[in-house]
Amino acid sequence: MGVSIEVNNLNAWYGANHALLDITLHIPPNEATALIGPSGCGKSTFVRCLNRMHETNPIGRVTGGVKVSGVDIYSDISAVEVRRRIGMVFQRPNPFPTMSIYDNVASGLRLNGFRNRRVLDEVVQRSLQQAALWDEVKDDLKKKSGASLSGGQQQRLCIARALAVDPEVLLMDEPASALDPVSTAKIEDLIFQLKSQYTIVIVTHNMQQAARVAERTGFFLNGRLVEFDSTHKIFTNPGDKRTEDYITGRFG
Amino acid sequence: MLLCALSIFAIVALIATELVSSSRLSLHKFGFGFFLRSAWDPVTNNFGALPFIYGTLASSILGLIIAVPLAVGVAVFITEMCPRLLRGPLSFLTELLAAIPSVVYGLWAIFVLVPLLRGYVNPVLIKILGWTGLFQTPDFGIGLFAAGVILAIMILPIISSLTREVMTAVPSAQREAVLALGATRWEMIRVGVLRNARIGIVGSIILGLGRALGETMAVAMVIGSNPTIHRNLLAPAATMASVIANEFAEAADDTYRSALVEIGLALFLVTIVVNILARLLVWGVTRGTPPRTA
Amino acid sequence: MNPRLKTSGANRKLRWVANHTATGLAVLSTILVIAPLVAIFADLVYKGASSLNWNFFTKLPAPVGELGGGMANAILGSATLLVLASAMGVPVGIAAGIYLAEFGRGTKLSNLVRFTADVLNGVPSIVMGIAVYALIVAPMKGFSAFAGGVALGIMMVPTVARTTEEMLLMVPLSIREAALGLGVPNWRSVLSITLKTALPGVITGCMLAFARIAGETAPLLFTAFGSPFWSMSLNQPIGALPLQIYVYALSPYDEWHRLAWAGSLVLIVLIVLSVALVRFVTTRGVLKGAS
Repeated sequence: MGVSIEVNNLNAWYGANHALLDITLHIPPNEATALIGPSGCGKSTFVRCLNRMHETNPIGRVTGGVKVSGVDIYSDISAVEVRRRIGMVFQRPNPFPTMSIYDNVASGLRLNGFRNRRVLDEVVQRSLQQAALWDEVKDDLKKKSGASLSGGQQQRLCIARALAVDPEVLLMDEPASALDPVSTAKIEDLIFQLKSQYTIVIVTHNMQQAARVAERTGFFLNGRLVEFDSTHKIFTNPGDKRTEDYITGRFG
Repeated sequence: MLLCALSIFAIVALIATELVSSSRLSLHKFGFGFFLRSAWDPVTNNFGALPFIYGTLASSILGLIIAVPLAVGVAVFITEMCPRLLRGPLSFLTELLAAIPSVVYGLWAIFVLVPLLRGYVNPVLIKILGWTGLFQTPDFGIGLFAAGVILAIMILPIISSLTREVMTAVPSAQREAVLALGATRWEMIRVGVLRNARIGIVGSIILGLGRALGETMAVAMVIGSNPTIHRNLLAPAATMASVIANEFAEAADDTYRSALVEIGLALFLVTIVVNILARLLVWGVTRGTPPRTA
Repeated sequence: MNPRLKTSGANRKLRWVANHTATGLAVLSTILVIAPLVAIFADLVYKGASSLNWNFFTKLPAPVGELGGGMANAILGSATLLVLASAMGVPVGIAAGIYLAEFGRGTKLSNLVRFTADVLNGVPSIVMGIAVYALIVAPMKGFSAFAGGVALGIMMVPTVARTTEEMLLMVPLSIREAALGLGVPNWRSVLSITLKTALPGVITGCMLAFARIAGETAPLLFTAFGSPFWSMSLNQPIGALPLQIYVYALSPYDEWHRLAWAGSLVLIVLIVLSVALVRFVTTRGVLKGAS
């Protein structure tokens, strides 16, 4: 089962640049929540605060509370544990080039001390099936390197890799923006399937994509959360004029 | 301009031809067995280069064993762990090590390092590792081990700076991918950086080996110039470069000199092969113009 | 949060320990690497500075047992050899570098030249000494400053070529295009504008090669050979600072040991100044008109 995320007064900085201002929202479990907004509005920064990746930037700083199922991820548990339980898929696929497909997917498990061959085989297969990649690679698991796949396949491999460590949340930062339309459609289908088991947060600059896959959508502008509501409402009858301007293409 | 660029080839050709022609005497007299025989007697004109090959290899490998972990450790520290402010000064300091001339290293080794080894380090080694036969009395301080230690200090900067370059060339997306799986910093370095950079790191190690093989002055000053093969690393020995440095100027006999030149020829060929191998490995990782060595 | 994947507490602890051990080892390595550097410099200053006096820089080596000798001839000898080497190595090296950067860029030939230059930089300098011995000393039947200069000059060529190329490549495209736009035929534009822009960098590149050569001993062992007297002609053996240090270091006399330390200090100071200057120029990007 997925979990809910409570964000309270989240602020984030890059050095002196105040990138996120007082973000408060509630992300429901087992749903896909989309975050939209023009370039530089802070949606990627926000998502990176949810798995404590923002602080890996030497000038990154965060204040405020993020609670996942009641647990404050900044004060109650370690960053390492957070990142295992809140997985991330990046804009550009980044499989490990020196590892086979199998080793890519198993990498997270191995880090956590799982060495039993049977367990690894099982999880690798399950993760690749969940990522809808199993049928395409099942014969070449150990023969092909992670980087030898096509762009769309690589991204699904990254999704499988993230799923293998059994997260509760899956963060996706513009996962299909570097891919062709066919691969994009495959990834969107995937999100539909994964919703039943994980809570998904997807950053996208493609409004049609948000409308297709997400139950809820948040609109970010200049580091603030302008509006957060059901996707249907955002796209048909937005409450805030700025949202309406963005939706109708008046800027960004 | 083109002519001057071609001069690089001319220089290589020049060195090769001079070496070959001057070693002809020795090549004819001893053949290739020269490199497999243990003999070095200027009086009877009986020469065999095996002791020097042994000395060169043993001291270089010893130097690598000491230098590689330290060099990679420094590289990891500077690239991934240390505060940004320290990065510049630390990398400057390690490059400064590369700027010290060999003869100055030798001077320091004779008067500071060797007494230190003889007084504090070697007795401990004899006590703990004496059973291997590698560390035994008599110990004068001067010998293969001292040469290995000073070599380690001298090849450290080149291995370290190249390792740093290949590590920096690893894209940050790889680091983020590992972190996002829930990895500790060391795991991120191990899986996300070192693993991706390993070919280049091997290249830098081989480059360090090339440097060690040809290092002359410092080694000549602390190795003891004894052309015999011993299992005891604390015994005096000699390397290909050190025997040339120590004996060439006084070699009056043609055969004697020719034998020394033949050793030089072997050194030339070996270092070229090792350097080519290393460059190919490093080029492959950093792509484009290869890094400049100190 | 509901963790479904059960990681053992022991495993987590192990990873934590491994992480901190790795950090500790890295710090230790850094200390172990910096320590000899600090020790060497400290020893040089401590043991060498006291012998740096007027005598050191102006007098010839005194006979054994007598105090007050100096390394004046070795210093002058080094200077002579460096001038000789630069006169031969620098023009050829710069020209080769210009070719690599401007005319042969991207061609197979220039890639081969560059590769060969890098490999040549890795050849032990004693081998250069042997080659020059066979080429010059043997036919001339004697050691000479000229032979020493040639040996060092040959060593300068690949280094100077590569640094010149790198400095020229740092000149932005816009400057070259401006020159071509003025209607100047290619080779003139290269020389007058690009080279002038990169000149500070090229000069410091030469200084880097200079500094490296200044400390070389091996190639001089049987070319210049060394001498305890003033050199009067280029056909005679000549002293050099590193050679003299080598001889003094291996001698059994304390006074000579002191001189060896002093000479090393002088050598190191010159080299460190050059290295620092090179770093200053390349990291600050002091290219007039660029950036």
